[in-house]
Order: sequence, then structure tokens, then C-alpha cells
Amino acid sequence: MKGKIDINPITRLEGHGRIKVMVDDKGQVTRTYLQVPDFKGFEAFCRGRPAEEMPIITEKICGVCPTAHHTASSKALDQLFGVQPPLAARKLRELMYCAFVYEDHLLHFYFFGGPDLILGSSSPAPARNILGISDKLGPGFTSQMMRIRDKVRSITAIIGGSPLYPVSGLPGGLSKPITEQDRATIREVAEDAIEFAAKTIDLFHSRVLSSSDFRQLVTSSAFELRTYYMGMVDEADRVNFYDGIIKIVGPDGRELTRFHPQDYLYHLAERLEPWTYQKVLYLRNIGWKGYIDGPHSGVYRVGPLARLNVSESMPTPLAQEEFDRMHEFFAARPVHNTLAYHWARLVEVMYAAERMKELSSDPVITSEHVRNVPANGPIRTSTVGACEAPRGTLFHHYEIDERAIITTLNLVVATQNSAAAISMSVDKVAKSFFNYTNKETRDPNLLEMAFRAYDPCLACATH
Amino acid sequence: MAKPKLAFYWCSSCGGCEESVIDIGPRLIQIAEVADIVFWPAAIDTKYSDLQLFEDGSIAACFINGSIRMDEHEQMVRLLRKKARLVIAHGACAHIGGVYGLGNFYSTEDLLSYSYEHCPTLEHSSNAAFPSLSENSDTSMGLSRLLPMVSALDQVVPVDYYIPGCPPVPDWVFRAINAVLGTEPFPDNRIFAEKKALCDSCPRRENKPDKIKLTRFKRPHESQLDPETCFLAQGILCLGPVTRGGCGSRCISANMPCRGCFGPLDNVFDQGMKGLSFLATLINDLTPDNIDEIISSIPDLGGILYRYSLPTSILRGHVKARKK
Repeated sequence: MKGKIDINPITRLEGHGRIKVMVDDKGQVTRTYLQVPDFKGFEAFCRGRPAEEMPIITEKICGVCPTAHHTASSKALDQLFGVQPPLAARKLRELMYCAFVYEDHLLHFYFFGGPDLILGSSSPAPARNILGISDKLGPGFTSQMMRIRDKVRSITAIIGGSPLYPVSGLPGGLSKPITEQDRATIREVAEDAIEFAAKTIDLFHSRVLSSSDFRQLVTSSAFELRTYYMGMVDEADRVNFYDGIIKIVGPDGRELTRFHPQDYLYHLAERLEPWTYQKVLYLRNIGWKGYIDGPHSGVYRVGPLARLNVSESMPTPLAQEEFDRMHEFFAARPVHNTLAYHWARLVEVMYAAERMKELSSDPVITSEHVRNVPANGPIRTSTVGACEAPRGTLFHHYEIDERAIITTLNLVVATQNSAAAISMSVDKVAKSFFNYTNKETRDPNLLEMAFRAYDPCLACATH
Repeated sequence: MAKPKLAFYWCSSCGGCEESVIDIGPRLIQIAEVADIVFWPAAIDTKYSDLQLFEDGSIAACFINGSIRMDEHEQMVRLLRKKARLVIAHGACAHIGGVYGLGNFYSTEDLLSYSYEHCPTLEHSSNAAFPSLSENSDTSMGLSRLLPMVSALDQVVPVDYYIPGCPPVPDWVFRAINAVLGTEPFPDNRIFAEKKALCDSCPRRENKPDKIKLTRFKRPHESQLDPETCFLAQGILCLGPVTRGGCGSRCISANMPCRGCFGPLDNVFDQGMKGLSFLATLINDLTPDNIDEIISSIPDLGGILYRYSLPTSILRGHVKARKK
């Protein structure tokens, strides 16, 4: 048995990966592997370090989604020290978070996954990238996209210190307040962000959804998995990135359970595979039944599509409009086609922009009082901080000693939740489109499209 | 004349260095007009087999980020060194080892066994599948293995220039690309950053006392941090005096102390040791008992002084004996 296709490395994503498709003597695909060949050991080497350093150490797992780690970690510290952030700090954290989700989702749409959609699934490899997009849509449009990303990242710099790695998270709030002038700047950027989100959604409709190639794939069973879905919702069962309750729905859309992030160990379990450093998660109470979908398999998915699938609605009007358009197109909930992740991501881009505007319109965020300093040492020895990373639910579980030094650290990072499903998606596409008994095969890029839809962060996945 | 070729590669990395290229913004499109970006896994569909086909020395410069953690990284940087006329260590990991170098406080067995045998989410029957200890014959694709220690790039291949920082500052990255393209000079000390310490350009420099004498260090979360006073004067450990400038005081401007990501100054070989000797000058009372007491008010001194530079320190790391 030999590998017929070996994609090494997989490209246009964050992190290292390799796909190998195994084929039998008759030319039939038997199994496809997506391997993550990197490992850093954060869980081990963070032990012995001060808890308050965790927001600035653990975020180095990922330079694409650092704000997710910074935020989950800061929330864990709030609980360990028993200090809730003042209202201004809570809102500033969420504001920075929405700015982050916005620019990160745009990164995916224009640099990682979008080139396959905008230029076509089998467009020539050398131009299938941001520079190809720049040629197709014009350098003016691409520059505008880069400038808006830059401006939105500057919000992270205002609140967090750096456009890339925020450092302002401390137990009980933030290390510094923002000025009225900062607030006005952010408010202005949020307006521009909404406008550009609308432009991107228009582009998706006019250039992507209108193409028969994409329409065929986005409704094809080759890209469909009927799994469980998990995501964080607010009190009205709407998408929320910063805070809420974790909800899981089944392949039929019915609620399986909802739980507080503190209870994640009762619901999620990890297993190992000898051929990858990525730990694979499944729903503990359903159990691991192998790489299969359906209600009897504990395989579940997270991220934009999963968040929309567990939510009743979006909290902001323009995002709700797009949410409705998406569901009108698919005419059924939950949406199971993996390529719908791209669309769901753009619904969230709009939500993130609208939420930035709401939060930056609130004068309370310029309050000088952005931090409650813990009166004493830690009040708990164990806690879990969680948030919705762009790629899905993120858990930071810390245990500490009386000096607030980390003794146990467990990270369940967004992409890991979808790990089994990502492998299955690639395998299903391989089995559907790649048959070596006849000579016709598709561009192997189609296999990469199967994982790219998830926007996996493989640096995070192995941490 | 053919355009010069540029390549970007990541070893064990976070993607932040790729962002520092993307954050160059619209100027990136201008670069692509005068240079060909031929290899960049984060953004471009060139595979390793395509890279093999490039003639040796045909790539003008390869910007390599990330720590050397796995054997695959070692093989890749050797290949890229052959293909590229210039190799630029891009970001703190390639420059001085980086945060993942904290793994050098442990043996690789400790790192793996904690993550794959002890994390509380793991199912109990899974030890048999411990990664990289199995031969993986069913997949015939092998699995890259951990090297005994994390290294910086120049501990594996010769490096021509360095861009410090975690993350690097896009303006310095842009200047380095311009230098490769011949429109700007290369720095004579081979490092794209300032020559002086961060302390020299710190916005709080004016109110740094001439003499600081401390009886105790405070941890950053223990008090309300004053937004204008020098951190050291507040009793908060800040590595600004022993760290190269050029970051734009990002952490300081967010009212947080420096953790040393821009690395040591010229002619300093061990950033942490330099930090420790500087620390000694801050201690009010140098009688042995008091030194111990004052120093013990900083938990995890090693993890702070060597946050980014343990692999390039004199010791390189400390391997603990495995507990029985």
C-alpha cells in the first residue's frame, strides 16, 4: 500500500501540516491522514511559572489568534484571584476581542481560504494566493483590505499595547485605560469596518456564490458531515465570542446539553493518534466510535459554522440579515456542508464589526477605573477560562499553589475540537473525487479546500 | 533581468512573524512588483518538492522564523541555507531561541509525557498511542521527532542578519526586505533594530531615578501600576535596561514591563546573566540573607530573565532528572 498523494506541506493556513492519501491496489482511496508534525510543550513548560504571566506566555502559542489565548487566560486569572473586572475593562476586553476576530477572519478570507473561492478551486497554483486576488480584484481593493485590517489591528494596539500580542490583561481587568480620543478613533474604525464587511459579503455573493463550481461543492454531499456542534451562546442563545455558556447540538439540531466552561472535563475528552502530535477531542458522553459522523459518534465541530448552528440568532441587525440569507440558501438547520464555514465566517465578520461599534459608542469605556486589584493572593486553586476563538471554543485550565504558581495546565485549543472532523472532511473529499482506476482526477487543492474551510490553526492544535 | 527571489519559512513558530510580513500592508504589493515571493507556506502554494527544484543560491534571501524544535526544522533550514544567498533570522525564536526555548528547562521526555500522558482531558487508555514512539508503519509517512533541545537558527546554520522581536516590528521587516533588494543599507552590527537599550528610548526615562534600591520586588498583578513612573522604581522587574531597543516600547505603552523579546545588546552573550547582574545593582542590602529574601520575592526568576533566550544562554537549558 503506497501513498498516491502526499501534500507536504499543506499551505495557506497557520501552522505545519501534511496530507497523505493512501490507495489500494485497485486505485481506490482507503484512508487519508492529516498530520501535524510540530510540538512545543506549553502544558509542560508553563508549570512552575507565575499565573499572572500566563496571558503573555500562552498567547505565544499563536501569533494569528493570540488575543484568544490572552483573553481566556485573563478570564481564568479573574477567577483565581476572585476579582471581576470593572464594567469598562470588561467592555474593553470584548471590544479588543471583536477587533481581533474581525481582522483574523479577514485574514482567512483574503489570504488563506478565500483565494480558492475567489479565483476558483482549480485556478493555477502559482497565482492562487493574495497576490492573485490582488491581480483579479485590483491592487486598489487589496490595499483597501490591508488598510482596514491594519486599522482594526490598531484597536488591539490601543487597548492591548501591540497590534499583535496584547499585554494588558491582568487579574481583575486591564493594565491601562483608554482616552476619549482613543474611543473616538475606535468608533470611526468600527464604522469603516462595517462598511468593508458589507463589501466583503457582496464580494462573496457576486464572485463566489454565483459560481457554479462553488454552488455545486457547497451543496455536495462530498463536503458534508453530520456531526455535533459546539459553541458559546449568550442568555438569549445568540453568538457571543467573549462570554457565555457552552451549548452543544446534535446532527438533527436538537440541544444535547449546555454547560459552564468550568465543567468542560465532564463533557470533552482527548485521544491520541500515533501519526500526529495533535490530540483529538470527542464528546465524552457520546464516546469515541472512530472517524464517523452521525448521532452515535462523539465527533463534533466548532468555529463559525458551529457557532451559527448552536445559536438561535445573531445579536446585531446586519449580521442577522446575512444569517437569514445563509439559512434561506440551505433551507435546513443545522447546516452540515463544510464549505458553509466560509459563509458563516463572513456573518461573524459583520457581527464583530457591529459589536465594535456598539461597544465603542459607550462612554463608560473611557473610565479611568479599569482594574480591581486583588486584595490578597489567589482565592481558588483551580479554574477554567474560556472564550470563542475565531476557530472555536478555547479552554485554559489552570491549577496553582498558594503563591499563584502554575502546578497544572491544560489547554483545549479551538482547532483540536474539530480535529476528527477535519480529517474526515479531507478523507471524504479524497474518496469522492480521487479514484485512480480512471485517469481523471481533480486538482489535489480540492483536498486542501476541505481543511481550509475550517481555518485550522495547527500551531494552536499541538501547542 | 529576472526579479530577485524571496522566501519565507517557519520552523516551530506561532505565525506572528508571518503577520509581521502581512502587517507591512499595501507595501507588500509593491514588494511583489519588484521581487518574486517563491516560497511562503502560510500564503503561497509552493510545496517542499517544488523548493527542491530551485538551484542552489538562486533565492536572494530566505527569512526564517521560529525555533528549531523538530528534526524536520533542522533539515529544512539546511536546505534553505543552500538555496538562499542570504539567510535572515526573523523574530525572537530564530534570533535567540524564543519562548518555546522555555522547554529547555525540561527533557523532551518530560514535555511529551506531560502533554500525552498526564493532561486531565486525556482518555485513560490512550498511552499506547504516544506520538513518535510508534513506528507509524500503517501510514508510511513517519512523524518528525523532537530534538533534544530547542535551538536558535544560528546554532544550526550560519545566519547573515537578524530581525529581533516577538513579534517583530513590520517596519524593521520592511527595512530588511529593502536591504535585500538593495534600496537600503544593511546594519553594520547585522541586527535590524536600535543599538541602544530599550531603557534609552523608554517614555518613562525622564523619571527613572539615578539610584534604585529595593527591599522587595512586586509582581505586576499585586498593585495598581503607575502609568508614568519607571517600573523598576515601582519595584516591578523590567528588562528594559538589558534589552535591545527598537520595539517602539509596546509593552511599556500598555503599562506593562519589558520581558526582553528584542534580545541582548551588542557583545552580550547571555541576556539572562546580564539581567541578573543588573538586578544585583538594584538590591538595597547585599548581605547574603537579605539577598535571598529580596530575590525570592521574584518567583521563577529563570523563566523571566530567560523568557526568550534560554537556548542561546551559556547553559542552554537545564535538564531535570526524571522523577521515578
